[in-house]
Amino acid sequence: MSQVKSTSKPKKHKTGESEVQTPNAMAKQPRNIVQKIWDSHVVSQQEGHPAIFAIDLMLLHEVTSAQAFQTIESRGLKIANPERLLATIDHSIPTRQNRYEIYDEAARSQVETLRANCKRHGVPFMDFDSGNQGIVHVIGPELGVTQPGMTIVCGDSHTSTHGAFGALAFGVGTSEVAHVMATGCLLQEAPKSMKVEFKGKLKKGVYSKDAILKLISIIGVGGANGHVIEYTGEAISKMSMEERMTICNMSIECGARAGLIAPDRVTYDYLRGRRLAPPDSQFLKAVEYWNSLKTDKDAAYDKEVVIDLDQLDPMVTWGTNPSQGCELGQPVPSPKSLPELERKDLEAALAYTKVDAGKSIEGLPFQWAFVGSCTNGRIEDLRIAASILKGNKVASGVTMYVVPGSESVREQAMKEGLDKVFEEAGAQFRMPGCSMCLSMNDDRVPPGERCVSSSNRNFMGRQGPDSITHLASPATVAASAIAGRISSAAKYL
Amino acid sequence: MKKYETLTSKVVPLPKNDVDTDQIIPAQYLTSTSRDGYGQNLFRRLRDTEPDFPLNQDRYKDAEILLTGYNFGCGSSREHAVWAIAGANFKVVIAESFADIFSNNSAKNGLLLVSLPKAVIERLLKRAEKDDLFVTVDLENQVVLVKEGLTTEKHSFEYDPFRKHCLLNGLDDINYILSHQSEIDEFRTRNAKSWTVSPSNSNEENLALAGTKN
Repeated sequence: MSQVKSTSKPKKHKTGESEVQTPNAMAKQPRNIVQKIWDSHVVSQQEGHPAIFAIDLMLLHEVTSAQAFQTIESRGLKIANPERLLATIDHSIPTRQNRYEIYDEAARSQVETLRANCKRHGVPFMDFDSGNQGIVHVIGPELGVTQPGMTIVCGDSHTSTHGAFGALAFGVGTSEVAHVMATGCLLQEAPKSMKVEFKGKLKKGVYSKDAILKLISIIGVGGANGHVIEYTGEAISKMSMEERMTICNMSIECGARAGLIAPDRVTYDYLRGRRLAPPDSQFLKAVEYWNSLKTDKDAAYDKEVVIDLDQLDPMVTWGTNPSQGCELGQPVPSPKSLPELERKDLEAALAYTKVDAGKSIEGLPFQWAFVGSCTNGRIEDLRIAASILKGNKVASGVTMYVVPGSESVREQAMKEGLDKVFEEAGAQFRMPGCSMCLSMNDDRVPPGERCVSSSNRNFMGRQGPDSITHLASPATVAASAIAGRISSAAKYL
Repeated sequence: MKKYETLTSKVVPLPKNDVDTDQIIPAQYLTSTSRDGYGQNLFRRLRDTEPDFPLNQDRYKDAEILLTGYNFGCGSSREHAVWAIAGANFKVVIAESFADIFSNNSAKNGLLLVSLPKAVIERLLKRAEKDDLFVTVDLENQVVLVKEGLTTEKHSFEYDPFRKHCLLNGLDDINYILSHQSEIDEFRTRNAKSWTVSPSNSNEENLALAGTKN
């Protein structure tokens, strides 16, 4: 197959004396991957109106879907494309061994409502013990249903996870869930694009979680508002799909509408053979299309950021949003010199987390350790945590939860004997779900207690009313759990 | 959706930046399957920990306008945050800026979000914290009017024309999209991918999907 090399200028065709641009040549103006996926999903657009934008896949969970089903039913509408939906239960379910009995009445009703809605409307539903139940952003990729070039939405802000495959994936509210149910489309304004280049190589003991926390600490929780990020660079191309998913997952924590990575060999190797991925007979055809999505040479972005990862140390957050973090060993910043509103916010954050400005948080004692969530609950994350915990014990006074992201991750971990490693270290290896990432199931950090967590948000009360969260990589969580104090994993590697 | 009508109300000051949706409505209150009942838990933690928090004060009980800093509504996509704000009788939020998903969700529920420059926000916040501050928000003309003695301050704001049309007329998106059904069908046919394998709605077949590679 021959490929036309794109240049920064549109190609021109000679017709007689004058040169005119053909529509075809216009289409060859260099575009980035975000613009390509956007263009290929605009159904129509009237001037001054948002585009009618086609959605290829919508994932559903129990918390943000019930009201959307109600909207459809109360208006006498049908689900336009049930085969483009995939539902599971993850947020409000227990992760104890006997997870079938949900004690909280509202949570139980939420789960039963989704089960009934899916049955009534013919929506594929991954129930307990289907072998595929799990956190919605873990099971999509695992099943191979998340693919390059697709548009994917879910009533969940961490939908950006699927961008690791070169999909345009973003969170929506429940009203928009209903729009997609009824029409398969959304009204959307074209997003701006932002390029984040991760240069250099991660040191041993430093992971993609540290890289994304670094980016967020630099640009802030609103730093990418209105933009879709394309992550590029040497560090990204060397990452596994699991690591890439961790990066894309946290795009929303700097305000990005989505974050994505152009598909490559790593992506295709991950996808091939998965049950809902293109069958072998069609795979090369799909790859040809996926390769065409890559950003053209000389394509422009609305914003660009370059971050060198060579010297990066493990990141841990000290405050109450994901941008309030620093490298282990660095001092927590002082609010003193800030303008009034910023100073008050920072003082409030430090008062909440009971952390001293000007000092490092290395060595800070804590009571809870959590490895799991859609950010870091995949098999590689569990392998890293297990490799550090092996032959060690979780410190007395620390309760550690290891919660696989899905039934399939759990099964794989058990096949590899990781469950034994966790149990021997004194950590609890639990059933799959969102668990302690957010306080809407039984797994909560008690008031006033501190948790070092591989999840994505350290907002006030996120892991339970008045709980304190320090975000970190699974390696840092595991090493800290052994010490009973926030610590680097360096000595275990 | 209710039509937006120009209103004048006392302003509730919330002098903070980056207020996340976990602050607006904590996750433990999300287990309901209804759109109602979230207003009573709006800013639950702040209400419980700060006795002087405006929503604990009688003098703000009829206020319909919330005034805050930049990047309001960041974090989780939960539309419950908008339902909580609307459920507590707010019709307008004025801030320096808003997070994306929150902004979309507000538009779908008739909650008007108004962005004003940082300097204006800071000045208004100071005034609202000191004394009762009454503000008029007129979407038709895209202005915020602030009475100061005998004079009136006027601040224009930008607003997406399509959203404005929907808000002023109480329209929602579903009917608009459905009116393009034939184009949607055509698009789907034209763009069908030969390699698509759809998940099944049969439990047995889903069971057969289990054990995918890791």
